[in-house]
Amino acid sequence: MMPSIELRGVTNFICRHIDLRIEDGELLVLLGPTGAGKTTLLNVIAGLAEYNGSVLLDGSPIDDTPPHQRGIGYLFQDLALFPHLDVSANITYGLKVQKRPPAEIMTRLKELLRLMRIEHLAHCFPRDLSGGERQKVALARALAPSPQILLLDEPLSNLDLRTSKYLRIELKSLQSKLGITTIYVTHNQREAEELGDRIAVIYQGTLQQVGTPQEIFFNPQNEHVSEFIGSPNILPCKHCREIGQGLMEINTGGLTIIAPYEGTEVNKIAISPRDIYISAEKPPGPDLNRFKGVITEIDPSPPLTRIKLEVGDHTLLAEVPTQIGEEMDLEVGKEVYLILKLRWIKTLIDHSG
Amino acid sequence: MANKFRPGWGILPVALFLAAWEVGARLNIIPAQLFFPPFSAVIEEFYTLIVNGVLLDNFLRSLFRVLVGFSLGCLGGLLVGVLMGWKELINKALNPIISILYPIPALGWLPLLMLWIGINEMLPIAIIFICSFFPVCYNTVAGIKGVDKNLIQAARTLGASEFKILTSVVLPLAVPNIFTGLRLEAGMAWRVIIAAEMVAIPTGIGALLMRAESLIRIDIIIVCLMVLSMMCFTFERVFLYLEQRLTAKWR
Repeated sequence: MMPSIELRGVTNFICRHIDLRIEDGELLVLLGPTGAGKTTLLNVIAGLAEYNGSVLLDGSPIDDTPPHQRGIGYLFQDLALFPHLDVSANITYGLKVQKRPPAEIMTRLKELLRLMRIEHLAHCFPRDLSGGERQKVALARALAPSPQILLLDEPLSNLDLRTSKYLRIELKSLQSKLGITTIYVTHNQREAEELGDRIAVIYQGTLQQVGTPQEIFFNPQNEHVSEFIGSPNILPCKHCREIGQGLMEINTGGLTIIAPYEGTEVNKIAISPRDIYISAEKPPGPDLNRFKGVITEIDPSPPLTRIKLEVGDHTLLAEVPTQIGEEMDLEVGKEVYLILKLRWIKTLIDHSG
Repeated sequence: MANKFRPGWGILPVALFLAAWEVGARLNIIPAQLFFPPFSAVIEEFYTLIVNGVLLDNFLRSLFRVLVGFSLGCLGGLLVGVLMGWKELINKALNPIISILYPIPALGWLPLLMLWIGINEMLPIAIIFICSFFPVCYNTVAGIKGVDKNLIQAARTLGASEFKILTSVVLPLAVPNIFTGLRLEAGMAWRVIIAAEMVAIPTGIGALLMRAESLIRIDIIIVCLMVLSMMCFTFERVFLYLEQRLTAKWR
């Protein structure tokens, strides 16, 4: 397949020699902490930031193409809706400045308003819209000129949890419906896993690892990646069997764990330290995914306290908010109970190994 | 946002003031009676001056000077301000010069202009031009520079050329700032023209004021002051109204 976007040796004040290929129709998530260079990389692609190296669109370099001719849809982090234009005028702005025929503009406007389900907002001004509505308008505006490439810069970070989850689902289905090559920037690992065909982890201007969410999660290539995705506990899977209700039972050699069943056998499972619940007393409920462990190490570095536990033959890493850790009187040698949160257990289906 | 002027309760203090004035003057309780005609006498004189054409003639001369000088000054200030706000190079070149000239009070130019231009119609117009040019230019630059850079980048990625960005995004968003300048200067133009006419030019409201002084016609002086008050007020309101018409929908 032909790469839709290719970066070759892109270097500037923050990016360090970045090589990256994004395939046609793919949704690539650019994941990294604040200040890692995510937005800068989007600006490079859009032509808004200076750089050395080369950006290729469908195989041909666009380094000398000014931003307004690159044909890229860009959803800015702060959305950047034009406050003096109403929703319709915001959405059609790109079409108007490109002097498309009025009939086409009208058709496209109606299409987008329907697609985003914001027909009723057509004549509102940005100041009167809610966060989620603004987000939809900004997306419609970016999509209006039918760009080949869509760049999304943390579009959901300023929304409340529920709206952002809802829009994430909408966005994913929209992207696959339109088949538009998309780069999605976020610092939220969950968002990255949920949305991305592939994830590119960036840290201090350098690409650390590019791969499917599973590859990143089960096989972090260096400590930066591992650190950023939360140093997951990875357990081998000796036997597993389906037990109904969309669940399966996995024997990891010592621990028997219940995990979501994805339809196939699995090789490994992973769970983030923050998805392990720690309790001093025996927790109520059925005896599933509940284990007893002994603390072997405590690292209280607020806001989180990291705890190493010996559970059966395994060593698991868990995290609790430091304040709660202090209230629980955690100390080395103490015996505590663990619950592995069911829905956050990830399973790897690795055909090679 | 400035509160809108609504006739209504605001009229009451004015009416009380005028009544007190009238009564005070008629009852002879104010010392220096000769220098203090009652309100009704002033109104009478107002009427006479209108009928015999003196007021209208002088007023129209002043109005003409203000309108021409102010329009030219605003246009010039707007044009230079847009260039400076949009092109950093032009800003770098002109900003130092404007920073030096801007603080000079407009009337300070009067002696110089009297010698350069001579005492004719161009003199008051030139003074008004100077008085409106700098503030409007300054506010326009500030307005353009104040536009959110992200909006400009957004327009750029949507395919807008630089000129299109200027006309469709930057200028509309700079309107509030630009109009603040226009509004303040519209009243200022009247203050300056009067001073210029009082000092150097034999026609116009300012000249009429000075002539009334030499004839000890207090009533005419007060008539002139009333006209000035109304004009300053009207000019400022017109720009306030225009500004609200242009921005009320989205601000």
